[in-house]
Amino acid sequence: MVTDEYFPKKIPIWRDERVLKAVALIISSLIVIGFLYWVIGNFIAITQQRGMPLTYGFLKEAAGFPIKESFIPYDSTMSFGRAVLVGLINTLVVSAAGILVATVLGFLIGLMRLSSNWLISRIGLAYIEFHRNIPLLVLLFLWYFGVFTKLPAVKESIAVPGFIYINQRGFYLTWPRLAEGGTLFAASLVAGILLAIVTWSVLRRIREVKGKETYFGRVSLAVLILVPLVGWFASGGRPMLLDVPILKGFNFQGGLRLTTEFTALLIGLAMYTSAFIAEVVRSGIQAVQKGQIEAARAVGLRYSQILSLIIIPQAMRVMIPPLISQYLNLTKNSSLALVIGYQELFAIGKVTINQAGRAVPVFILIMATYLAISLLTSIILNIYNKRVQFIER
Amino acid sequence: MIVTSKESTPPLPPSPLEWVRKNLFSNWINALLTILGVTVVYFAVVNLATWALKTADWSPITAAPLLYLVGQYPREELWRAGVSMLMITFLVGMSWGVWKRYVRPFAIFLAILLGVLAIIPLETSTITLAIRVFMLINPILIYLGYRIGRLLPVHGSHVAALWLIVLLLIPLVILPGFTNSSLLPKVPTTVWGGLLITLLLSVGGIVLSFPFGVLLALGRRSSLPVVKWFSISFIELVRGVPLVTILFMFSVILALFLPTESRIDRVIRALMGIVFFSAAYTAENVRGGLQAIPPGQVEAAKALGLKNLHITSLIVLPQALRLVIPTIVGQFISLFKDTTLVYIVGINDLLGMGNAVLKLKPEFVRLQMEVYLFIALIFWIFSYFMSYASLQLEEALGVGER
Repeated sequence: MVTDEYFPKKIPIWRDERVLKAVALIISSLIVIGFLYWVIGNFIAITQQRGMPLTYGFLKEAAGFPIKESFIPYDSTMSFGRAVLVGLINTLVVSAAGILVATVLGFLIGLMRLSSNWLISRIGLAYIEFHRNIPLLVLLFLWYFGVFTKLPAVKESIAVPGFIYINQRGFYLTWPRLAEGGTLFAASLVAGILLAIVTWSVLRRIREVKGKETYFGRVSLAVLILVPLVGWFASGGRPMLLDVPILKGFNFQGGLRLTTEFTALLIGLAMYTSAFIAEVVRSGIQAVQKGQIEAARAVGLRYSQILSLIIIPQAMRVMIPPLISQYLNLTKNSSLALVIGYQELFAIGKVTINQAGRAVPVFILIMATYLAISLLTSIILNIYNKRVQFIER
Repeated sequence: MIVTSKESTPPLPPSPLEWVRKNLFSNWINALLTILGVTVVYFAVVNLATWALKTADWSPITAAPLLYLVGQYPREELWRAGVSMLMITFLVGMSWGVWKRYVRPFAIFLAILLGVLAIIPLETSTITLAIRVFMLINPILIYLGYRIGRLLPVHGSHVAALWLIVLLLIPLVILPGFTNSSLLPKVPTTVWGGLLITLLLSVGGIVLSFPFGVLLALGRRSSLPVVKWFSISFIELVRGVPLVTILFMFSVILALFLPTESRIDRVIRALMGIVFFSAAYTAENVRGGLQAIPPGQVEAAKALGLKNLHITSLIVLPQALRLVIPTIVGQFISLFKDTTLVYIVGINDLLGMGNAVLKLKPEFVRLQMEVYLFIALIFWIFSYFMSYASLQLEEALGVGER
């Protein structure tokens, strides 16, 4: 019969899709699990054999090494755990500052690149091409050893008097600080910002729903100014002081001090990353179709409106995913601080390994921390990204 | 009626004056910016030039140029590095002949650079007449390779095969040599250094990580859950940590676990770390290519009765890999720059050699600016030409357009 030829009653077992899939599943599982079992088993066996158990009790022992820069109280009698925490905070601070500076610089350079002025565009291009094509480590060495270690001594500081002093020991900036009784003003400042955000979004929503002009921009700006102003007067008129660095003896007192290591790392990281961000910004803005801008012009929008309502929202959509990866790169790259002596997570991890003699657990801790930072950042930014993408059709 | 391009006359190129007015002084803001820009550029160039020509002391570079190239590679065996370089320059020439515009700027630049280095009037004892003659042979070989590539019916795949052979021959046979060999005595990797190590680690890293990356990318899309989750967690774990921690893992932690007698060579350990790291990034790049293949391709192949293995190897992968070539070149550039991190685990790559030179003589100690700028320049040249080639490739493959 014909049907028999075309549809054999029984498929041989070695050609049955379902059987093959099940076999593949079992074999692949066995291989992967066997491999992991072998690696982890070996790992645990050797750590026990050599007296390096995977325990973290030592984190409570005294660290016994000093850390040059710390944003929380620390001295060498404190524990290893505290030292690692200091390192983590140092990493977070330099990364956050770096991201801020890199974003501002990157947008500036990216816009320069798009300028209709040929010369300005070329200057932007030169900046980008210089930074993109050299290793970050070389850039850090250039800034730290090439520039910062050659800064003048304290007495011959490079200075804008009363504002900034630069010498071998670091950068001394005039910085606002809260005076006595300034907490009321600080609280009113925070409250003002929060209230302004709430007013802005509520009034905007009302305009969107009812179609009535609510002047949300002006009202929220007024809130932003008025609330802290009330706080200013309520706290007695002088809640803030300008802390000016003053040369006393051999060193500067007061002001905000940034060490040369921190500043070199910050400048290196920020300039390197800004070149990549500039390219992201350029391609993001170029991705907005010309027709969009022409249509906006035809509807009669002003240039500032075109920029804020048409170009930026659409460009942001394209820019956010690559921006996220640049920010993560910057954070991971901060681990290079080791070579110029800024003590962040990785550098302190290395010292801890030497001091505690516990390479494996410390190492796992450091890697897990970096992983946690990366995953957290990408989760938060991805949520933000989804919201931005949602607005668009 | 459709106006074809033949009928419309091309616009006349603007006169220089018009160009200046349009591009530099279109309105008063632009005029102001132009004046500001000219001032900044003028002072930057003048200051840089006076520093480079008068103040700067380039003796750390002229005193030991070979250290930057090959590190401590024994000078009596230097001919082996020379032969390797001649093979490479000849192949660069052939690539220029075959692939033309992608390689042309680099080939011409390399020829001119080596030619200039050969005749540059520098009075140093390290640059002997033999080295100058050797330098001069290189541009000739580039030109010869170019003519051969142009005139003979050489196909791209032949040149690629030659590259592969040479790139295997140099690090596995010519440079390390063999024990008990009189022609090629053994040279341990501990004395290798400089640009040699940098190129070895970056080329080795990208080539060796490629198969792993492709496997991981396929694994990530696999229907087998175990394979899929293994691939995803490997990729995300590696991409979530800095390269320096992985290098450290391979150089320090791995050594703790291996018995002392079977200790793996330091350079090999660093290479393993780089491959481990790079594989995750290759996987993500290849995945991008795989996702760009329209599902119709797979469906059509299935309709023709191809097996899964054949669908992947004959239909999907060839198209996907072609799409990701520019991305892989981009990844190679960043890997090339990232190899400097091996300096942190104590390998004398180009940057490590620079630091070693700074400690060579007491008068060099404060000349960091000169040394690091020189190293930056070398990296810049390589990266710049590679990104140029990548841009050209992107245009030729029309990646953005499909």
